[in-house]
Amino acid sequence: MSNLKTVNAIFKREFKSYFDSPVAYVFLVAFLVLAGFLTFGVAAFYERRQANLLPFFFWHPWVYLLLVPAATMGLWAEERRTGTIELLLTLPVTLVEALLGKFLAAWAFIGIALALTFPIVITTAWLGNPDLGAIFCGYAGSFLLAGACIAIGVFASALSRSQVISFVIALAICLFMLIIGFDPVINAVAQWGVPSAVVEGIATCSLMQHFESMRRGVIDFADITYYLGVITFMLAAAHVVTDNRKAS
Amino acid sequence: MLTVNTLTKNFGVIQAVNGVSFTVEKGEVLGFLGPNGAGKSTTMRMITGFIPPTSGTAVICGHDILTDPVAAKRCIGYLPENAPSYHTMTVTDFLTFIGRIRGFEGADLLKKVDAAIEKSRLESVRKQSIETLSKGYRQRTCFAQAILHDPQVLIMDEPTDGLDPNQKFIVREMIKEMSASKAIIVSTHILEEVDAVCTRAIVIANGTVVANGTPAELRARDPQGRLDVVFRKLTMKE
Repeated sequence: MSNLKTVNAIFKREFKSYFDSPVAYVFLVAFLVLAGFLTFGVAAFYERRQANLLPFFFWHPWVYLLLVPAATMGLWAEERRTGTIELLLTLPVTLVEALLGKFLAAWAFIGIALALTFPIVITTAWLGNPDLGAIFCGYAGSFLLAGACIAIGVFASALSRSQVISFVIALAICLFMLIIGFDPVINAVAQWGVPSAVVEGIATCSLMQHFESMRRGVIDFADITYYLGVITFMLAAAHVVTDNRKAS
Repeated sequence: MLTVNTLTKNFGVIQAVNGVSFTVEKGEVLGFLGPNGAGKSTTMRMITGFIPPTSGTAVICGHDILTDPVAAKRCIGYLPENAPSYHTMTVTDFLTFIGRIRGFEGADLLKKVDAAIEKSRLESVRKQSIETLSKGYRQRTCFAQAILHDPQVLIMDEPTDGLDPNQKFIVREMIKEMSASKAIIVSTHILEEVDAVCTRAIVIANGTVVANGTPAELRARDPQGRLDVVFRKLTMKE
């Protein structure tokens, strides 16, 4: 149903538009500085004296929480603010193609940011003898986690014509999806006397729990399915919202 | 080439467009007249498939906009109100993007982009980013986007709005050059436009068609033959 050439044209335009302004470079630097600082400074990467990237991946959900909404907030909000949405959606383009193109462009952009963290792999391999399979698995999990956050961001961007509001909505949804699986929060809720089955059930829905095993080097089919499911669901929600509100 | 069939659009309790029907054939330039808020833009947005009608439909070159929107949109060139475009792109990049979406590739794509730039008189600014251009050039960039694929149906929402007299003249010349081979709809509230480019005019007020005829026929409704008087009589309630 979707025409790949159309998706590709939209993908290219969106991807290139990130680099039309200095914001993309600021974003990439912020991502790398933040990831580096949290890993080496806060998590004391060297002092652990272990050749793995666990403390590096540990921070990824929180880095994405801040930076992914910034990368996605403009995707639809800006089209609506400037009126180009009317241009785009009266071209021979289906909404699915437009959504896919935008989503993939943002995902590729975050992919570049993630790929630029490669020196830490080299550092670890130089200093010790890390399990490269586990590192690859961690990166794959991180990329999938980013995809889920981006899909949430695309949805949030469709909700408003203001980029700031889109940013805040995306941040709020991502934060919620993360903390329901964050150990300190789970423990606190369990102490209120909520049945542990309920707590675990909710935690299973969180972005955090599924990343946890992948960051330790376990690729589980269920985790991959979970992330692809979140992406599909959020894009479908974005489809409904865009279709209903495109003219407003 | 274009048949509009009892298009109706309600926004909540407000009826923006109420049973608008008309046809446009090849070689015609249809002026779509009406005061602000009469439903001109809403009608055009329904014809081009941007918003769904509450009832009724439009058929473009045999393709129903509701059941076969992508095929119908291929036949349409559309210049939306305020001529939106991606401001950070250069004129050439923007038109190349539109061309790709329209399904052109390689040498053919370059040829189409060059032709659109030439027809829209954008040669001197083709490498400039759109945000640095004046309003007239932006308007023409969006116009170039609409004619890039040489569409059979060309729909323009207030193409001369906010332009200076020289720019208006250029846009009208471009419309005239194009008129022989296409079915064109031009919405406007500027009456001089009707005489300048249109072969037929429809007057719309409060969402319904109140007159449909050649500029001469409309003029004949007033003893002095003044179009503005006719327009006022048709669209103003006391």
